[in-house]
Amino acid sequence: MKNMEKDKEDIFNLIIEKDDKIEPKDWMPEKYRHTMIRQISQHAHSEVVGMLPEGNWITRAPSLRRKAALLAKIQDEAGHGLYLYSAAETLGADREELIEELHTGKAKYSSIFNYPTLSWADIGAIGWLVDGAAIMNQVMLCRTSYGPYSRAMVRICKEESFHQRQGFDILLTLCRGTIEQKEMAQDALNRWWYPSLMMFGPKDKDSVHSAYSVQMKIKRLSNDELRQRFVDTTVPQAEYLGIKIPDKNLKFNEKTGHYDFSEPDWNEFYSVINGNGPCNRDRIKVRNQAYENGKWVRDAATAYAEKQILKKIKNETL
Amino acid sequence: MKHSENKKNWPLWEVFVRSKRGLGHKHVGSLRASDAQMAVENARDVYTRRQEGISIWVVESKNIIASDPGQIDSLFDPASDKPYRHPTFYDVPNEVKNI
Ligand SMILES: [Fe+2]
Ligand SMILES: [Fe+2]
Ligand SMILES: [Fe+2]
Repeated sequence: MKNMEKDKEDIFNLIIEKDDKIEPKDWMPEKYRHTMIRQISQHAHSEVVGMLPEGNWITRAPSLRRKAALLAKIQDEAGHGLYLYSAAETLGADREELIEELHTGKAKYSSIFNYPTLSWADIGAIGWLVDGAAIMNQVMLCRTSYGPYSRAMVRICKEESFHQRQGFDILLTLCRGTIEQKEMAQDALNRWWYPSLMMFGPKDKDSVHSAYSVQMKIKRLSNDELRQRFVDTTVPQAEYLGIKIPDKNLKFNEKTGHYDFSEPDWNEFYSVINGNGPCNRDRIKVRNQAYENGKWVRDAATAYAEKQILKKIKNETL
Repeated sequence: MKHSENKKNWPLWEVFVRSKRGLGHKHVGSLRASDAQMAVENARDVYTRRQEGISIWVVESKNIIASDPGQIDSLFDPASDKPYRHPTFYDVPNEVKNI
């Protein structure tokens, strides 16, 4: 018995080593399964909760074109949530239980969505910075070792690039507008910059799960590597917009070929992750309300489906 | 109220999309829906928002019978020792054309 376990583990490790994908029915170590379920479901929750700060601006979008684009983006995020819950289900997770963990505050989701969207420029900043950071992470995850997760990521990445562009486009328009509009864009960048840097997670030396994730090829790059990439690609974009990243230490380092930058306030990060950000309670409250308010629809659909089955049986036995 | 106490998960459906005429349906993912019609409608909303398809199949996941990954060797290996099933196994003299 012991030996068979060992054989299975060898096969599993070989698949990982060869850069092949693990598929749902393959044997996998419990730790891998749990890590995968945790990561995929947290990702799914982030997509779903991520709709809330942006949903806040749908009715106040400044034009019909902006409104249609924002609606389409948010609808994509709902789809991303679905792809990811489905991927988690292939590992034996129960969707209702995952959602319950979110609604009771037990599950974590990306800390960024606990910040408020105070002006229309924030919608631009979210698309540009938050989706930009998410894309950086998700492009890497297309090569993750778990097949269904990787396939979901490929779909998601195809859909994401318009999210970032519509955000940048919002800011570009504001930056080319009046002085007040440009100030709005600057204010949004000031507030969203550090929370965006936090999206990649704690520093490598403080990250609990990082080593295992990299070893199992769940993640292909470390938190710090991704963060550096994000800074390097974003700085020139901010320069083009003509707004300033709120960091006095930001400077191109000729030696490393990368930008040096200030760390975000990690105490703030942990405090937000642990439920004490500006909007945590509100986000969970709104999710619970949506779930409760949708209950009659779910019940009606279930009752209808049951009735159709009964009808069919009756017709067949007649 | 705990959701999972009065839980009744809708059935899980696998979704297959034909991207254009002449191609087969390809598995794209899964979703939950109360019945087949809702599964098709949701699949349309989730998987074909950008003209990814012109036809959708949905199959309740429980109706799919899959081969056992543990039997990969016994199921699929025999093919690898039958190279004579491939045209490259046969040497055709250079003078012989159109074969
Ligand atoms: Fe997304
Ligand atoms: Fe995402
Ligand atoms: Fe997005």
